Amino acid sequence: MKITLRVWRQRDARDAGAFVRYALDDVDRDATLLEVLDGLNEWLVATGEPPVAFDSDCREGICGACGLVVDGRPHGPLPRTTTCLLPMRAFRDGATVTLESFRTGVFPVVRDLVVDRGALDRVMRAGGYVSVRAGSAPEANAVPVARAVAERALDAAECIGCGACVAACPNGSAALFVGAKLTHLGLLPQGQPERARRARAMVGAADQEGFGGCSLHGECEAVCPKGIDLGVISRMNRDHLRATLSTGPDVRGTGVVTRPP
Amino acid sequence: MRPALTTHAPTGPLATAWERHRNELALIGPTRRRLHSVLVVGAGLAGASAAATLSELGYRVRCLVFHDSPRRAHSVAAQDGINAAKNYHNDGDSVERLFHDTLEGGDFRSRETNVYRLAELSARIIDHAVAQGVPFAREYGGHLANRSFGGALVSRTFYARGQTGQQLLLGAYGALAKEEAAGGVTVLARREMLDLIVVDGRARGVVARDLISGTMEVHLADAVVLASGGYANVYFLSTNAKASNATAIWRAHRRGAAFANPSFVQFHPTCIPAAGEHQAKLTLMSESLRNDGRLWVPLHAGDDRRPEAIPETERDYFLERRYPRFGNLVPRDLGTRACKALCDDGRGVGPGGRGVYLDLTEAAGRLGGDVLRERYGNLFEMYTRITGDDPLHGAMRIAPAAHYSMGGLWVDYDLMSTIPGLFVIGEANFSDQGANRLGASGLMQGLADGYFILPYTLAGYLDGARLAAVAEDGPEARRAVADARAGVGRLLRQAGRRTATDFHRALGRMMWEACGIERNRAGLAHAVDEVAALREAFWEDLTVPGEAGELNQELERAGRVADFLELAELMCRDALIREESCGCHFRVEHQTADGEARRDDDRFAHVAAWMPAAPGRAPERLVEPLEFDSLTLHERSYR
Repeated sequence: MKITLRVWRQRDARDAGAFVRYALDDVDRDATLLEVLDGLNEWLVATGEPPVAFDSDCREGICGACGLVVDGRPHGPLPRTTTCLLPMRAFRDGATVTLESFRTGVFPVVRDLVVDRGALDRVMRAGGYVSVRAGSAPEANAVPVARAVAERALDAAECIGCGACVAACPNGSAALFVGAKLTHLGLLPQGQPERARRARAMVGAADQEGFGGCSLHGECEAVCPKGIDLGVISRMNRDHLRATLSTGPDVRGTGVVTRPP
Repeated sequence: MRPALTTHAPTGPLATAWERHRNELALIGPTRRRLHSVLVVGAGLAGASAAATLSELGYRVRCLVFHDSPRRAHSVAAQDGINAAKNYHNDGDSVERLFHDTLEGGDFRSRETNVYRLAELSARIIDHAVAQGVPFAREYGGHLANRSFGGALVSRTFYARGQTGQQLLLGAYGALAKEEAAGGVTVLARREMLDLIVVDGRARGVVARDLISGTMEVHLADAVVLASGGYANVYFLSTNAKASNATAIWRAHRRGAAFANPSFVQFHPTCIPAAGEHQAKLTLMSESLRNDGRLWVPLHAGDDRRPEAIPETERDYFLERRYPRFGNLVPRDLGTRACKALCDDGRGVGPGGRGVYLDLTEAAGRLGGDVLRERYGNLFEMYTRITGDDPLHGAMRIAPAAHYSMGGLWVDYDLMSTIPGLFVIGEANFSDQGANRLGASGLMQGLADGYFILPYTLAGYLDGARLAAVAEDGPEARRAVADARAGVGRLLRQAGRRTATDFHRALGRMMWEACGIERNRAGLAHAVDEVAALREAFWEDLTVPGEAGELNQELERAGRVADFLELAELMCRDALIREESCGCHFRVEHQTADGEARRDDDRFAHVAAWMPAAPGRAPERLVEPLEFDSLTLHERSYR
């Protein structure tokens, strides 16, 4: 098939950037979009041109490294599919496909289609874990967890941290990302002791990073390659509200963990 | 000077070996730990668990990651599960049995004491992961569920759908985030280690390139831990992530760390076959599918009917036929060779006859699609997305692919390499998997190393080590930076016509043919020269656009390919000298009458540890003899 790629090229954060068109003949329908980009890059390199920079690693939809806005939609036209698994058969012969990065205010452009998603790591650092030190765990079966609860926790824990939800949101909100982690840990008995503190700390950190507020547009759910649903945002709001209103000892303090003596 | 391969492995009863060893290791008091700095390269299961745990203990830890975030490390893609001798199924499992299965699965080419320790620690890993909130699969009563894996007759594999690696990695990543928040760890993303800094014979830091700015940085520490993963990408097409590479361990090797059993690479039997020239990498279909799926090919060569049109009587369920006791759950090396033998025999299916069927339709009829979707949902989705077919309504087509490197940097019982102060953990070392890794053992090893072994052995090293003062502008650091800069400069100077990917693809084809699932003397001898010639061509005809002082992904790629081109030659040399078949190393000259691997325990019951080659000379092969107190060596039998 024939495809024209319209690719955002930007040398670095200071460069203004522009779209560049590449007309490609003889594209294999079964190739993935990123394999087509690989092919384009090999050709560019062989002709001495800088290739299109983009992040990708596992190529099986689990590492979360890849992420392009394809024709205006994060991860492209297929539901529940990361960019790396997007086959060219999803496009019609002769189509022009526009590729941009997941850029938002909080994901600054590094080069071409590469952005800096470090803000998501920083939000996780605020509390996206259970504070348990290696060596102190009880026997694994000591605390039973209802099967349905474990399954629901896993649904939320499947988040790959790609940032598509942020890129899709008109407010640039990370609510689906934060909600997924709060839901995962908030459902499990192991996550209870820190549940309130975690909700406050992660929501606070997301605000501080400059992610927008959530107005339940639902764009995030529509583009999430793992199918994480808006239910996690409801849970986040509930937990956050409860933590904010509570004056219990579990939510006092800034939410910053200090090293035990 | 020739370094001795002293294993420091405890003697005496295996069951108490690790405990006795731990009691002998020196301790460092909590107030002194903060005076010590540790550098960890990589943040997969091994690296993240080690960095987090060392920080929990109070060491000052710096962790370098070439990804944009530690959560991207390739451990994330492990589907299968993680073994642990919990005996929750009441089916006779024990530490002893997990130890035996792992040792035998590795075809008796691993160190007994290490494997025993791994089995012993397995249960604690599950405890810790559950405490971290890893949502493992549960029974209806709320207790942890298990499934079976290759090379075992018990159910000891814990799993979270088909994404156990992701969930365990997020657990370790969470631990790392927790320690970052507490100020014990600094994670530096998008940094690639390009050289090891050795001062007075001890590893004292690395040179890393900031992949965004191109700046060469010096990171000094009291000890260096490499957790940079495996090198199956030497074959170009593998199940490894695109950027997985050997650079960190190879550069350490060049500074004097022995490289053990480089030719021991596993080919996983069940991967989605390559679709064409454009193929960038291969995708695994979890071994867990063989709990319910059956492998088969048409009984008659040339039968090109669709699989569902072939009646039961005209199908050959070859693993069940050949290995009635283990059936479809034989270890991977046997499964892979059986597939290859049938394809060579003209009975393979799909384009080029390079695949076999993995069939779940019978199980779907028996258990219902919902049950299977619950067990393997995300694997089915992935298969459908890549191939366009639905595994519940037709047999899947699969083929072997390079998957895991059992070989790696040589380490002693304390996980320290031949360079004092350089520790190597996870897939990057050679230690526990012998000549063939069993399914669900890789995650186990990475986490055992990071959470429960290194934190003890590192203290043992630091306590006794007399560490000289080092400085970023000291002579060793300056020389390493200059070397790294020169290496980058050399790549950029090439004004040829071929891309690094083009060379990589050519290397992959060579290695697949000569040093792949089957090897032979003539092919390997030829490949040693062929790889050297390709390497020469690389340095004459490579082209890398762009500059050093910017994000330059093609430069990164070229550097990694340059290292693969050196490693590949060592792999062929290692495979050539090992005149026996064991596990994944199958030399066609050494097989039994029914086509199984024939080991030569008299000559090769040892680890081969290669020292770096001096310029213009062949590398030196050292030997660590393997002694087995717990059992007498026998031919593996899964029949």
